[in-house]
Amino acid sequence: MDFLVTLINGLSSGGTYAIIALGYTMVYGIAKMLNFAHGDIIMVGGYAMYVTLMAMGHPVIAVCAAAVFCMILGIVIEKVAYKPLRGASPLAVLITAIGVSFLLQSLAQIIFGSSPKMPLKLQISGAVTIGAMRIDYSTILTLAVTVIIMVALSVFVKYSKTGRAMVAVSEDRDAALLMGINTNRIITITFAIGSVLAAVAGYLMLCKAPSLSNTLGSMPGIKAFTAAVIGGIGSIPGAMVGGLLLGVVECISYSIPALAPFTDAVEFSILIIVLLVKPSGILGKMRREKV
Amino acid sequence: MSKKTVGLGRFQLKYHLNYIIIAVAAIVFAVMSLTGNIKHSDTVLLEKIAIAIMLATSLGMVVGFLGELSLGHAGFMCVGAYLGGKTAALLEPVLGNGILTLLIAVVVGGLAAAVFGMIIGLPALRLRGDYLAIVTLAFGEIMRSMVMNVPSTLFGGTLGLQTPRYDKKYLFIIAFAFVLIALAVIQNLLRSKHGRAITSIRDNEIAARASGINVTKYKLVVFTISSLFAGIAGVLYSYTQSRVQSANFDYNYSIEILVMVVLGGIGSINGSIIAATLVTYLNVKLQTILTGDLAVLQNLFYAIILIIIVIYNNAPALKHFREKYNFKALTARLLKKRSAKAEPAAPETDGKEEA
Repeated sequence: MDFLVTLINGLSSGGTYAIIALGYTMVYGIAKMLNFAHGDIIMVGGYAMYVTLMAMGHPVIAVCAAAVFCMILGIVIEKVAYKPLRGASPLAVLITAIGVSFLLQSLAQIIFGSSPKMPLKLQISGAVTIGAMRIDYSTILTLAVTVIIMVALSVFVKYSKTGRAMVAVSEDRDAALLMGINTNRIITITFAIGSVLAAVAGYLMLCKAPSLSNTLGSMPGIKAFTAAVIGGIGSIPGAMVGGLLLGVVECISYSIPALAPFTDAVEFSILIIVLLVKPSGILGKMRREKV
Repeated sequence: MSKKTVGLGRFQLKYHLNYIIIAVAAIVFAVMSLTGNIKHSDTVLLEKIAIAIMLATSLGMVVGFLGELSLGHAGFMCVGAYLGGKTAALLEPVLGNGILTLLIAVVVGGLAAAVFGMIIGLPALRLRGDYLAIVTLAFGEIMRSMVMNVPSTLFGGTLGLQTPRYDKKYLFIIAFAFVLIALAVIQNLLRSKHGRAITSIRDNEIAARASGINVTKYKLVVFTISSLFAGIAGVLYSYTQSRVQSANFDYNYSIEILVMVVLGGIGSINGSIIAATLVTYLNVKLQTILTGDLAVLQNLFYAIILIIIVIYNNAPALKHFREKYNFKALTARLLKKRSAKAEPAAPETDGKEEA
């Protein structure tokens, strides 16, 4: 029974990772870049929620405001920092992305100070008891949101015109351009969707533990990227599988006392093992590098 | 780059100027220190500069010449600082706190970091770019959490590891000696045929592989040497602190080293040296002005510099502007104006190849 609870908690924290990983993997698939600042958009979303909560006082308004704010932020970052570098070396893009991440973190610290904020109104406390199992409401909410987002995103990508254009751009940007797809618009839309997902993930993290600091998104961001790579970067189902797997491994590792302090190490070792065995990730396609 | 520069018997001042300047500066400061004409705070600054130069040049080798991004440089430094510091702490009662202890600690710390570099390199070097960056970043974080969570009798846990310190009068001289060694190794490697192989991997990995270059071997070598010097810098760092704390080797520190490399110009060892000196100097001077929450202004400044420099240097749209208004073109134009009938200007070298 304990194991079942661990598994459910794992799936729930894995769901948060999966939502963040979706942002990474979509941007990676379409813009072919690692958006290092993605994790920090979560943090900015958290602060946006905090500020609107102070002003308006209702969590739902706060979450919506944060989603809109993050969407705008994501688009601005893409236009200002990444767009000028389209066609430049991947190293340059990567370093700029790191710069953006660093910028957001330090700006947040300058504006809000280094002591963590506690937006307690976002917290969802209480738990449901089924037999001997005790499951937090926040866990159930996370699972539900994860499932909804996964289904919605899959449907969007598969059936909508924009979604199919996204797939086309990720397959071959030049060919997509020749087919009349506005690739710049698609890239912007991808950043917008990714950033909204980041805001949602930020809410899911804060409803479990309402402690908000400027490094809120760094570690989950790195882990979610790890999850995206484990699942196969660029693949949307891959991000989901990778995220859930990572979450489950994390919770199992936490539940074993001897392993608990080394949980981060365990998670990253999984990344290394996966990359050794199947460098393209679990669901990733192997791409031949062409000359 | 002209063909004659690699010749062994030929001494070209241009290619040795940087060690000569550093050596002369180090000797001047050493004399000042031994005659007691230097302030204590300045020796501390010099130690920090030496460590920063070592870190920046060794990371510069990976970023600028191999063309890969390592975000775990502080992690390798952490390995060096903890293992070297522990060795020094263990040897201190036996050998005393002398140069011998320091040297053994440097060897142990440096080699340990090199071994870690190789271990992390083996799987990671099958990857490229973003993947490698994230694996090295993960490695840095693992190292930090490992040393903090092993039983505190080993590495002092969250309190940090207590390490012996060295006489402030001499430590920076030793540190500069290691800087010179590091520079000699890195520069000679990069200017040898192996260095050419390494830059060819950066420029086009597939073409390099097709030309019979053992890409994995060279990547591993660069990675190992780079982490070796990061480890040595870590050991020297442990000597400057009475306690080594793993919190100091976080991601921000890796980024700070990267800022030095980018600020100095990716692919320029001399640039890394100058930027490392400048950034460290500014850090120390700003520390007294920016206290508390203001300290983060420094990070903000780094972030902005990083973004602006990279976009300016790499944006395809700015290519024409860059070619017209770069430092070399401007100086060339100035020189031309001054002596209208001067000999024809030397062919422009690509900035990337300047070691």
